[in-house]
Amino acid sequence: MDDVGLSTVLLAMLAGAIRVSTPFLFVALGECLTEKSGRINLGLEGTLVFGAMAAYAVSYETGSPWLGVFVAGLTGVCFGALHGAICKLKGVNDIAIGIALMLFGTGLAFFFGKGYIQPVAPRLEGVQLGSWSTDPSVQKALEVNPLFLIGIALAVVMWWAFRNTRLGLVVRTTGDSAPAALALGINVDLVRFLATAAGGFLAGVGGAFLSLYYPGSWTEGLSSGQGLMAVALVIFARWNPLACFGAALLFGAAGALGPALQSIGISRGYHFFNAAPYLMTLVIMILSISPKRSLRGAPGELSITK
Amino acid sequence: MADTTVPAPSFAFADAFDRVRRSSEYVVIPLLALLASAVLFSLFLLALGKNPVDFYSLVWRGGFGTSFSWQNTLVRASPLILAGLCVAIPARLGMVVIGGEGALVLGGFAAAVTAIPMVGWSPAPLTLVMMAISAMAVGGLWIGFVGYLRHYRGINETISSLLLSYIAISILNFFVEGALRDPSDPNKPSTMPIGPETMIGPMPGTSVHWGLAAGIVACVAVWVLMNRTTFGFAARITGGNVRAAMAQGLPVGRLVLVSTALAGALVGLAGFFEVAAIHGKANASLIAGYGFTGILVSFLARHNPLAIIPVAIFLGGIDAAGGLVQRRMELPDATVLVLQGLMFVVLLVSETLYGRFAIFKSKGA
Repeated sequence: MDDVGLSTVLLAMLAGAIRVSTPFLFVALGECLTEKSGRINLGLEGTLVFGAMAAYAVSYETGSPWLGVFVAGLTGVCFGALHGAICKLKGVNDIAIGIALMLFGTGLAFFFGKGYIQPVAPRLEGVQLGSWSTDPSVQKALEVNPLFLIGIALAVVMWWAFRNTRLGLVVRTTGDSAPAALALGINVDLVRFLATAAGGFLAGVGGAFLSLYYPGSWTEGLSSGQGLMAVALVIFARWNPLACFGAALLFGAAGALGPALQSIGISRGYHFFNAAPYLMTLVIMILSISPKRSLRGAPGELSITK
Repeated sequence: MADTTVPAPSFAFADAFDRVRRSSEYVVIPLLALLASAVLFSLFLLALGKNPVDFYSLVWRGGFGTSFSWQNTLVRASPLILAGLCVAIPARLGMVVIGGEGALVLGGFAAAVTAIPMVGWSPAPLTLVMMAISAMAVGGLWIGFVGYLRHYRGINETISSLLLSYIAISILNFFVEGALRDPSDPNKPSTMPIGPETMIGPMPGTSVHWGLAAGIVACVAVWVLMNRTTFGFAARITGGNVRAAMAQGLPVGRLVLVSTALAGALVGLAGFFEVAAIHGKANASLIAGYGFTGILVSFLARHNPLAIIPVAIFLGGIDAAGGLVQRRMELPDATVLVLQGLMFVVLLVSETLYGRFAIFKSKGA
């Protein structure tokens, strides 16, 4: 591969990382919030897919993609609230509920989304950040979606809020020790319910990005595991919202590898590169988790790390 | 009180009666959950302006009404039985493995790849045995790896098995659209066909392939293994409390590895039957969602291997009726997925009911 090819690939991967990472970022931040409160929601995959469908449908019917994003978030709240409400019941396992909601959400999205596979809905517009460059490929790479910028801001705010606000302390206490939270007069179930619902909102918005910006259409194969990879990403990021952003970029770059190579004509092994994000998630989990010691920063009440 | 005066034989009778009553809780509550989800799904259909009575009568007709639909149902039930076992066996050790789909796909792929060089010279039974062995080996390694990661690396098995499932599907697509694609098949990227002379015929007197028999035998064998052997006993202790099992000196690592490998081998076998009895080659048709429906099968059966058989037939019937419902009621094919998802959610909600009804409690307690 010559230098031109390499720089093209690197640029395409950077562009891809920015584009592909946004849904990872939103789902990861949502999951991070939920897990900080001591619960795990594996159903975000279903929330993501349903959010993608809802956003596309609303954008098509009303002509407003941002309304679509908002509605996608609201549907996410519904799924999150359902998860939160069911988990409150005695003897119900949050992982199993997550799996059920993943299947239920995906099924509902396919059911209602059948009619929206063909039509073309208005998409979200990107923001040009690369106008300083004369190179059109640089310009294209730096055309970012406002949601990406919102995601970064959100990561910073969440990071700050977890450390410095009373609300952040309440969520962290609930996640670290339910008895301690109880002793402080915190309504543990309510905090977790709200954290799961808010996490669902973010996952729904992440889905809206998928259908309204990149790849930018609604198909049944739109999300294949991003919602689940985001759960692994949160563990990798050690429940730190800022690290979630870095990890999302890394995952985005891995996901962009296949299309980037395709852009310079290497299409052999396309499916192999398709598997790259899953493989990378697995390898990262193997490298970053040790059975001998507990994870730094892990909420003490989390069933997945116990 | 009065019990002390009852003669001994009645004790035994009362005991047995008590046991039936207590275990009936595990039948009655899931049935209640199914009923509740049927009601909720009816409301869903009514909200869409469809007639629920039509829906259920079509499901009955398409799944169980005629001998043709029964055969269709049973053909779908056989991979579901094996996929259900793939969830049920690790569940005994307290693990939630949801990546059966990937092991099924790879098992089927391995079976087809094994058959390709053998077709033409090898007698069909030998080819089939080799296919089945490689399917089970690949499936076993695949889910066994999940068990390894869980026990030795502390990685959550739910996430790793689903990731591996996506990787497995990519591997299949990579090969059938690349190196192993049959150039003479322009329609769907597939491996070379194994040929009609190698394919497994139906069981005598039916049009259902032998995978159903294999699945039923596997369920009985797993039930015996889990309920009548020291292995099963140790597995159940591990599922109850890993630390206690370790303190007892039980070989937890080996139990985890053997159980997950066995689970994977069985779902790999389902992939073998899909190739050897249905498709005749490996292609994307293997990715039919049996692995995911298998999760629901196992949970609905409360991870009991014997209960998996009727539950798989029940869900296979709903699946088989999907096409009929789609055509007659103009509902999308995802209708079945919605119903299954709803059942799963309601079923898990119903878990909170255990121990709440006095009628299921033993008299003494």
